[in-house]
Amino acid sequence: MGSINGSLLLVAFFMYLLATILFAVAVMGRKWRNKEGEVTGSRWGKIGFAAAIIGFLFSVGYFIARWIEAGHAPVSNMFEYTTFLGIALSFAFLILYAIYKTDVLGMFTMPVVMLIIAYASVFPTEVAPLIPALQSNWLKIHVTTTALGQGILSIGFAAGLIYLIRTLDFTKRSGKVFWLEFIMYSLISLVGFIVVRYLFKLLDYEAVFQYVDKEGQEGEMVYHLPALLGPHQGELLTSGAMEPLLNLPAWMRSDDANTVIWSLVMGLVLYFIIRLIGRKPIGGMLQPALKGINPDTIDEVSYRAIAIGFPVFTLGGLIFAMIWAQIAWTRFWGWDPKEVWALVTFLFYAAYLHLRLSRGWHGEPSAWLCVIGFAIIMFNLVFVNLVIAGLHSYA
Amino acid sequence: MNELKCEQCGHVNPYGTRLCQACGNPLDEKDKEAAVIDMRYEGVARRSQTYNKTFVDKIWNFFSSVKVGISIIVLTLIASALGTIFPQEMYIPKVVTAAQYYQEEYGVLGQIYYMLGFHNLYGSWWYLALVAALTTSIIIASIDRFFPLYKSLKHQRVKKNAAFMKRQRYVGKEEVDNEDAVLEKAKALLLKRRYRVREEEGNLLAEKGRFARWGPYVNHIGLVLFFTGAMLRFFPGMYIDDSVWVREGDTEVIPGTNGEYFIENEKFVMELYDEEDETFGKAIERAGGMVVQNFQTDAVLYKRKDDGTVGTDPELEKVKEDEIRVNHPLRFNNFRLYQSDYKLNELNTMTFSLRSRESGEDIGTMEIDLFDPESEYDLGDGYKVVVNSYFPNFEFNEDNEPSTKSSIPDNPAFIFQMITPEHPDEGEYSFVGIRRNEDVFGTNDYEMKFAGAEMKNVTGLTVRKDLTLPFIILGASIFMIGLIQGSYWSHRRIWLQRINGQVWVAAHTNKHWESLKKDLGVLSAETGLQAHENEALLLNKKGKN
Repeated sequence: MGSINGSLLLVAFFMYLLATILFAVAVMGRKWRNKEGEVTGSRWGKIGFAAAIIGFLFSVGYFIARWIEAGHAPVSNMFEYTTFLGIALSFAFLILYAIYKTDVLGMFTMPVVMLIIAYASVFPTEVAPLIPALQSNWLKIHVTTTALGQGILSIGFAAGLIYLIRTLDFTKRSGKVFWLEFIMYSLISLVGFIVVRYLFKLLDYEAVFQYVDKEGQEGEMVYHLPALLGPHQGELLTSGAMEPLLNLPAWMRSDDANTVIWSLVMGLVLYFIIRLIGRKPIGGMLQPALKGINPDTIDEVSYRAIAIGFPVFTLGGLIFAMIWAQIAWTRFWGWDPKEVWALVTFLFYAAYLHLRLSRGWHGEPSAWLCVIGFAIIMFNLVFVNLVIAGLHSYA
Repeated sequence: MNELKCEQCGHVNPYGTRLCQACGNPLDEKDKEAAVIDMRYEGVARRSQTYNKTFVDKIWNFFSSVKVGISIIVLTLIASALGTIFPQEMYIPKVVTAAQYYQEEYGVLGQIYYMLGFHNLYGSWWYLALVAALTTSIIIASIDRFFPLYKSLKHQRVKKNAAFMKRQRYVGKEEVDNEDAVLEKAKALLLKRRYRVREEEGNLLAEKGRFARWGPYVNHIGLVLFFTGAMLRFFPGMYIDDSVWVREGDTEVIPGTNGEYFIENEKFVMELYDEEDETFGKAIERAGGMVVQNFQTDAVLYKRKDDGTVGTDPELEKVKEDEIRVNHPLRFNNFRLYQSDYKLNELNTMTFSLRSRESGEDIGTMEIDLFDPESEYDLGDGYKVVVNSYFPNFEFNEDNEPSTKSSIPDNPAFIFQMITPEHPDEGEYSFVGIRRNEDVFGTNDYEMKFAGAEMKNVTGLTVRKDLTLPFIILGASIFMIGLIQGSYWSHRRIWLQRINGQVWVAAHTNKHWESLKKDLGVLSAETGLQAHENEALLLNKKGKN
């Protein structure tokens, strides 16, 4: 991806980084200004918003350039789809910011956008040709609408997370604090995953194993990370590479499991470094910065995001999906795992809306649900595509 | 049941009403004491909240509960997710039985999965029961709420009493010098902000986006239609899911059309992407060099002309030609033919020659149609080859005897009887298959020599008729309209009332209070009429914290 679209995406990435910093300054800076008696809205937030818009425009530039290069909408494999999800999330943020003007939303959303785009670039980035099933106008219609819907729903998660950090009591140990820290740890593990991948890519690390698969066939497996977990009856062929601590049974994809372990360990290391420096839960470290935020407003932002995102997701992820499935796969619904998980997402947010409107689940319970909803979206993106596979496996 | 007469305005309300439909006065003890009244469904009398005696009442009340509805949604969600742990039966290879497959692939867990019936979860009676319960819940819960709510909003009065006003979430009172002028200004302002403003005895009700309240009911109607459409599939004639294999050059009857329509496969092609392609080269290399660009059947659709007497070849009339590709089915009437499978280079004919071993001379050649071999081939001059046995897909069976796996010539084998002038009666036996050529009884004078084969591509087409689609499309469209209607608009109301020589402002919305607050902000700035978050409510909140 040395071509023009890669450079555009890189610029977009750094604009999002800049926006993150600017929004953080806008949120944290408010305290200092109060001492000087200044209470007017922050200028930094507006500049951050401008940076986010410029970042978005560059990412649109990437999208168009890659479309021209490939000859089809660049949403056809894991790299392209995940990148587009990041772009959609940034677009969703722009909409919600325009309505509510909350800087703190930018401070939380922009890093998530960066994380998603960085995660995307772990997958093969070459422009790939379309297999016959994907050669349809519905590819761009269905996939972009779905990603946009998921992006807007993810804003609900960011706002829910802000609500929880703002309102939870971090001075006492509790289940809630544990789970909030667990969310922070999960996000940090994703950072860990990306860091580890890039580090060993830079070092050009490679370890080849001879192993026996579950059919009893011998084969070779290439690791790009040092093997903590080796393949079934694995024998290291590369000299100088690390010997695995443990060999896995044949039915497990040992190279993937190894990557997951690396991410979790790396996440743990990063998490504890942060805890050691801050000497309190990460949520507790962030909380003082969010003092000026009205919990009711941020609760409404999260609900608004879901109210906007739910119809978009339904249209893209279910209705357009069904139309295309009828054309390409002969039936509008076939219980393919990806279809089922789109349905699960739909049912989950339907339950959320009913709980909120009819059972009065506002504030904290609503915020937890937003977190779970995001977990389902991520599960559908990562796990269903890569592990359960089915008709939607791209990578 | 007793009707309720409002002690403030005298309006007679149906039993079960919580807020007087005329003036909004709280009728229920609970609401009278509350800091903020529950505005959900305008406090209307709902059947489910009013009657609970008969069996029908109980069923009605059960399904009208949103709590029950949410429980059904969550159960459906969990059940759906469970079905993705291992692949469903329809996605597993057909070579072994399902019981065997789940055990061999997934061990004990697979066995449990199979025993619980999760391998066919979405077709199980209990999954269908969940969907039926969901549909029932949607219908009853909607009817229970919609009609009273509709009536109440339609007949709502502008004038509200103080008890109603002060129990709103946003409320304020202001003493103003010139009430008429202020209210006139407020009215103009709210009209400009696209509120519909009504007046009664100098009081105002500004309302906006009421139709958003019907969104949920519209989308529920869409859902019910959708489920109805999905159920229609079980009626005979509504749904056909079949397939047909057609060899190049062949014409086959299309199943499900009562022998009326035929499809010819003129040619089937599978095209691969060029590995040298500048843009895609690297990705193709990663994929291992074989990326399919196109599957295509050049097809001709025929209709039968005569009445189809048994035993006669049908007389066919060409209807149309089309290229059937993935994403491009051939359409006729309510049918679609989809490109869904293929088989390349299937053996079609084989040619053999009868050769004398002594002289190495070919006596004659014969071409065998592998789908319809003749019983004997006369080569003239006293030479004749009889097809003694034909095994289209040859194997040795359990008793170690030659047999065939299927009638498709994937691995054809023959036992030929070669009648020659030297062996005019019994002839000589020769066993010929792919990479095998054996004498059956000792040493022969003649042999069958393989001289060539002709292969053809076969296309696999899915035949589909689905008369439920119009219901599905209509249901999904109505659902989407209702969803957008209820999600992208909100119902806002602002009351401006003259009470005790003051002007009272109260505001309510069903969602997105921040937007309503903006309207109130403008109202306050322009007219001085302010509404704040209810103080009693704020006190409550502080008490909780």
